[in-house]
Amino acid sequence: MEMAERSYEKFFRQHRLPHMWCPGCGNGIAMKAIVMAIEKHPELTADNTVIVSGIGCSSRASGYMDFDTLHTAHGRALPFATGIKMARPDLHVIVITGDGDCTAIGGNHFIHSCRRNIDLTAILFNNSIYGMTGGQTSPMTPMGKKATTTPYGSVARPLDPSALAKAAGATYVARSTAYHVHHLAKMIEQGLNNKGFSFIEAIVQCPTAYGRKNKMGTPADMLAWMRDNAVMKEAWDKLPEEKKQGEKFPIGVFLDSRYVDYATAYNDVIRAAGGEVK
Amino acid sequence: MKSTITIKSERCKGCGICVAFCPKKVLGLSELGKVQVENGESCIACAQCELRCPDYAIFVDKKEGA
Repeated sequence: MEMAERSYEKFFRQHRLPHMWCPGCGNGIAMKAIVMAIEKHPELTADNTVIVSGIGCSSRASGYMDFDTLHTAHGRALPFATGIKMARPDLHVIVITGDGDCTAIGGNHFIHSCRRNIDLTAILFNNSIYGMTGGQTSPMTPMGKKATTTPYGSVARPLDPSALAKAAGATYVARSTAYHVHHLAKMIEQGLNNKGFSFIEAIVQCPTAYGRKNKMGTPADMLAWMRDNAVMKEAWDKLPEEKKQGEKFPIGVFLDSRYVDYATAYNDVIRAAGGEVK
Repeated sequence: MKSTITIKSERCKGCGICVAFCPKKVLGLSELGKVQVENGESCIACAQCELRCPDYAIFVDKKEGA
């Protein structure tokens, strides 16, 4: 029996597959979750959707996705996406970034995209490390975890981009993992519903640079770690503080609110000044 | 067999995620490090392998009437 072709495959540039990510890398799972989410939004087509990415392992995703895609400069995916959205507010703009790209060199762009509540959906592939450049520590490397630049373990606390996004003004904030594929797709699908800045953190495994350095076992072991340590937010909120210790972390929707988005507010100014809105 | 398992070998990198998450031990890795069906009769068509394959290399279709 011939297999039924998967509908999400039409969103991939078939001639570019297999992708360049390492065996067992979680980025491929997160990229599939994005196209699963897009599929739930029939109004998003190859002609009206733009995928913008920065630099890093995560940001290679744009090259495999069959939309109008832009692979930009390190940390600058959000500024490029902002430019596209302001010039053409009718387009759906999705940003793919990584923990290094978004929270280190692109940190300020991230804060101000949240602050403006510009109508973008940003998905951060968090592999806890700079994979492509040789496994250096990123701002999201957990305390005590090893990287090539922290051979005795990281001594700095990791940044929590979900808390930062909430504080800075994003209107939709969520987290999921590569293990929870359907849940991750759902988080992204809901983010696409929000007319404003949506931020989704996708925890992915990097078996090559991060897992090996920290003796986390096989790619499947790393996924099992996500399964065993992720706690749905509803359950997390009921946990006593002492149970929130160790490696446990919450997943789910952290914020889903409404506020006027930047392009709409900007058009109001154009109208007030007597200009014509396209 | 309750399912048809399709493998796109040219995409498989042999990471073993599908092998590890199969609840019925249907899959294994070949000598060349690619996924292969070793115990197809046990497959219950749960598609956990397909769900988490990072390389879109394995697909499970439930057989009609099975």
